[in-house]
Amino acid sequence: MLWPLFLLVTAIHAELCQPDAENAFKVRLSIKTALGDKAYAWDINEEYLFRAMVAFSMRKVPKRETTEIAHVLLCNVTQRVSFWFVVTDPSKNHTLPAAEIQSAIRMNRNRINNAFSLSDQTLEFLKIPSTLAPPVDPSVPIWIIIFGVIFCIIIVATTLLILSGIWQSRRKNMEPSEMVDAEDKRENMITVENGIPCDSLDAKGGHINDAFMTEDERLTPL
Amino acid sequence: MEKARPQWANPLQFVFACISYAVGLGNVWRFPYLCQMYGGGSFLIPYLIMLVVEGMPLLYMELAVGQRMRQGSIGAWRTISPYLGGVGVASVLVSFFLSMYYNVINAWAFWYLFHSFQNPLPWSVCPLNGNRTGYDAECEAASSTQYFWYRKTLNISPSIQESGAVQWEPALCLILAWLVVYLCILRGTESTGKVEQLANPRTWINAATQIFFSLGLGFGSLIAFASYNEPSNDCQKHAIIVSLINSATSIFASIVTFSIYGFKATFNYENCLNKMILLLTNSFDLEDGFLTASNLEQVKDHLASAYPSKYSEVLPYIKNCSLESELDTAVQGTGLAFIVYSEAIKNMEVSQLWSVLYFFMLLMLGIGSMLGNTAAILTPLTDSKVISSHLPKEVISGLVCLISCAVGMLFTMEAGNYWFDIFNDYAATLSLLLIVLVETIAVCYVYGLRRFESDLKAMTGRALSWYWKVMWAGVSPLLIVSLFAFYLSDYILSGTLRYQAWDAFQGQLVTKDYPAYALAVIGLLVASSTMCIPLGALGTFITRHLKRGDPAPVA
Repeated sequence: MLWPLFLLVTAIHAELCQPDAENAFKVRLSIKTALGDKAYAWDINEEYLFRAMVAFSMRKVPKRETTEIAHVLLCNVTQRVSFWFVVTDPSKNHTLPAAEIQSAIRMNRNRINNAFSLSDQTLEFLKIPSTLAPPVDPSVPIWIIIFGVIFCIIIVATTLLILSGIWQSRRKNMEPSEMVDAEDKRENMITVENGIPCDSLDAKGGHINDAFMTEDERLTPL
Repeated sequence: MEKARPQWANPLQFVFACISYAVGLGNVWRFPYLCQMYGGGSFLIPYLIMLVVEGMPLLYMELAVGQRMRQGSIGAWRTISPYLGGVGVASVLVSFFLSMYYNVINAWAFWYLFHSFQNPLPWSVCPLNGNRTGYDAECEAASSTQYFWYRKTLNISPSIQESGAVQWEPALCLILAWLVVYLCILRGTESTGKVEQLANPRTWINAATQIFFSLGLGFGSLIAFASYNEPSNDCQKHAIIVSLINSATSIFASIVTFSIYGFKATFNYENCLNKMILLLTNSFDLEDGFLTASNLEQVKDHLASAYPSKYSEVLPYIKNCSLESELDTAVQGTGLAFIVYSEAIKNMEVSQLWSVLYFFMLLMLGIGSMLGNTAAILTPLTDSKVISSHLPKEVISGLVCLISCAVGMLFTMEAGNYWFDIFNDYAATLSLLLIVLVETIAVCYVYGLRRFESDLKAMTGRALSWYWKVMWAGVSPLLIVSLFAFYLSDYILSGTLRYQAWDAFQGQLVTKDYPAYALAVIGLLVASSTMCIPLGALGTFITRHLKRGDPAPVA
């Protein structure tokens, strides 16, 4: 006599939890990718834990404190491991709205991940985006600090070089001996003829004028 | 009578200055690319032939001219013939164009260097989007290194027409780069030599071009450096040493770059495979870990036959991962230096250390070449009595740096990278070929090869080998003429010029046409430097004609 009732209940349950049903969410786990050798097998007990975690998340939502594990329905478990789930209300006739489930899961995502030793990438709730951790943003960007240091060093070095150049030229100007200057200038000057420097000739050591070479030959050697 | 010319403290300083000028970023990011595109190791054959036939003779000639005339490029060419002062002016102008945009690369290197002191490296992770549910859309479409380069560093606009505003971060780095250059050239020549720790006709043309530009001929920098030499310096030996070291550095850099290419290709290939595996595993709810790289193809075939309808739904997203196609995507230029290398670095252990070392190396290369460039501009200016009598050397250097920095701000705008590419591709290429051609003809035929030969013999005490004479008088000018003719016909035949613009939505580069005013700027760049030569000759001719017309007595 209870059989028809049982069949009816399972039929209703089957209708409530179906792929792409209203308020149903698909979950995908990548246990082998996350844990490698330490991967556990996905069995009914793991499913029980999952249902418990979802019920726990829903109990934190105001007005849903009476959610039980039995209200969470799983279906279509595949090898992947992936499955669909819905959360029903205490009467077990309707499913709770997707928005509530979404916000509940998002609030407790960390706890759910930790229960299974997985992460946001390996325990995926499709259509429930997770909040990503923002990167650390220091108040002053690091690169400006380093830039400032190098900039100051370069400015100081440039100023020192310019000042030392001015100081040196002032010291040279203050030397009284103009004669010394002129002599220095003459020594350092290089004769330029037609724009071509004549320093291939050694001006200091004198040079041999070939035109007079023949003079020696006029005198007969003794 | 003129004041003593400053000189190098010893010949080694001169050699190092030349090496640091010649060994630049082109050795790192252009030569390995050419090797890959034109047959790998076999590219070395045309490269080495062109080195011996074109590179060394022209390098020796420029050094010899500088050492003989003991002046910067303008004075040196005016001495050879009064009608050729325009060649020197053209060299200075091209050097000026180069210094305007080249230092922007150093600014980028500084930017990346300062950002290397963080964990994790900023180009290894994508930033989050507005509501923190995923990553930034542009970063997802492209990759994190490309996003950091195009969005964070350049903040590039979708096309060259949309200029945007000057970005203050790269502008600051550009100012710093110019300050560093100014600091180095402040003390003049003596400080720039400080030790820096250096079958297919397309193949031959590229080898010839690479040697030509890699050695930095025609800018006047080598003439400037050599003009500070002792007259008796053996510049023949130094020319050979500098060109050999330049080529050795290129070859060494390509070994490193090839390993980076291979690393990147393998990494991308494995990433692609993993993405495909995940896609199939999720679509068909297969067991996690069942699909591996080895059985991927078999399983794909099985799925295609077992679930044809579902497979056809997934088919548009399936990519055929191939290591060969990854290896074939060679990159050159700023893309190689700032995207490919930084991507490789972010995947290494202790990536901060490698990053700092790598960008420091880029900086050393870039600043070394910049010093040569500024020497090419400053030497003629300080040689000229008109300017140097009114302003001290420090002020002239400061003014040149200031003007170049101000114009360089153009390249820090949002569309700056597009203008950078224009300058990089067109400011120096055709004009340099023409300048060096005129230089070679001037030395051999206007000044006279015999006269130059006897000058060199008197200066250095060594006779000129027949090899250099044959190269200078015949082979090198012929080569340059053919290169010039090829590039000119190439530009004319290829029709309208196009450029690569960054599309933020697709996350990749798209080809666009240059607008009219950009084409005008390109034409102006090429014309302004090439026209200097005939205009200089014309100007001298007119002034001489006027002087002869005057009845003033000549002593």
